[in-house]
Amino acid sequence: MRRTLLTLLALAVLGAAAVLFVTRPSPLPPEVTAGLTGDAARGETVFWAGGCASCHAAPGAEGEDRLVLAGGHRLVSDFGTFVAPNISPGPEGIGGWSLAEFASALTRGVSPGGQHYYPAFPYGSYARMEMQDLADLKAFMDGLPASDSASLPHDLGFPFTLRAGLGLWKAAAGESTWVLEGDLDPEVLRGRYLSEALAHCGECHTPRNALGVLDRTRWMAGAPNPSGEGRIPGLTPDQFDWSADDIAYYLETGFTPDFDSVGGTMASVVRNMGNLSAEDRQAIAAYVKALRPAN
Amino acid sequence: MTVARQFTLASAVCLLLAPVAATAQEFDGQIAARKGQMFTLGISLGVLGGMARGNMEYDAETAQAAADNLVAVSQIDQRFTWPEGSDNFSLDTTRALPTIWEDLDGFTADWVALGEASLAMQAAAGGGAEAIGGAMRDLGAACQACHEDYREPDS
Repeated sequence: MRRTLLTLLALAVLGAAAVLFVTRPSPLPPEVTAGLTGDAARGETVFWAGGCASCHAAPGAEGEDRLVLAGGHRLVSDFGTFVAPNISPGPEGIGGWSLAEFASALTRGVSPGGQHYYPAFPYGSYARMEMQDLADLKAFMDGLPASDSASLPHDLGFPFTLRAGLGLWKAAAGESTWVLEGDLDPEVLRGRYLSEALAHCGECHTPRNALGVLDRTRWMAGAPNPSGEGRIPGLTPDQFDWSADDIAYYLETGFTPDFDSVGGTMASVVRNMGNLSAEDRQAIAAYVKALRPAN
Repeated sequence: MTVARQFTLASAVCLLLAPVAATAQEFDGQIAARKGQMFTLGISLGVLGGMARGNMEYDAETAQAAADNLVAVSQIDQRFTWPEGSDNFSLDTTRALPTIWEDLDGFTADWVALGEASLAMQAAAGGGAEAIGGAMRDLGAACQACHEDYREPDS
């Protein structure tokens, strides 16, 4: 009996080890980014579309201060509170990172030290990014002011403190393929890239299952607010009837078709979108209008 | 449970609820005034935004009247319309967050910024749809700065 128990225990430990081995952090192969040179001016568009400042600028930062990526924004979730780290180009941030390390962080959720990042950092969306855009973004971010604020630890409960387990989450989340498929015109394709890869709209506008994995069958169908009361509105055509021009104007100015204004967490998104070209805002609007109805 | 105990419990519940109900009525006027100001702003913004977006033909006199109304509302001193306790935690008739009273200086600064953006619109309104468009962006920024920090999100 005792022997059987010991054997079972040994098998369980081996099994767990095997799972952790299979789901271990897997950085991007360095050759993928080899030879790429970033263009900082193009990178600024990637930066604003990607919404980096919304979490990584210091809370309450305005104007030029939104370019100081000191971190400190608190994201309250069912799994605990995540605190956005310093990602400014100094020793407390991402100073000295190679492009391969930077690209691994954004597209694989793997740190230069070889650990899994928590998916509060939306690498599941950024995984769709083009390598040239990652090079451009890094070139832009390398030119931003450095901040010497130390990154603060997340405030999570057990077992979410175990980063090794995040490999299982990544396996459950699956590959980050495009959600909107089909015969899409160039404007919708650009809008899909901006929305699904960069702006990560789906991270809040799509409901999640109990594991916190996005439900791709109800893409952009609206969801409970991940960090507070109320709901994030659905944008699918069965429940959202703004015109493409209405959406583009909202992203530019924050005004709804009734001339109420954006508020809450979306205000920061609109502030980012105000830095895009009118064509890019129109492309996002075209993508939203091309969404499929939610069942 | 005896009748007497039930009665005591009922009284206790009434006592607990009574002050809330009284407060709710006390602030009805201020909350209606606040919402009236916001709707008046929204109507004027609708005229100006309609012209900026090209959904409405530009007319200098109409644009000026709408901009003048923005200025008129934005220059109303707000000290009487935001009594402490008229927040969405105490009442279900408002989306005003308690953060307003925790950070009254920040809230007041946002209102002042709306006043400045309205004055800029007043100066721009006669200059055509494009000039209005630029001033609308600054007005939008003023509106969302306040609604981001001090208004409960929609729905």
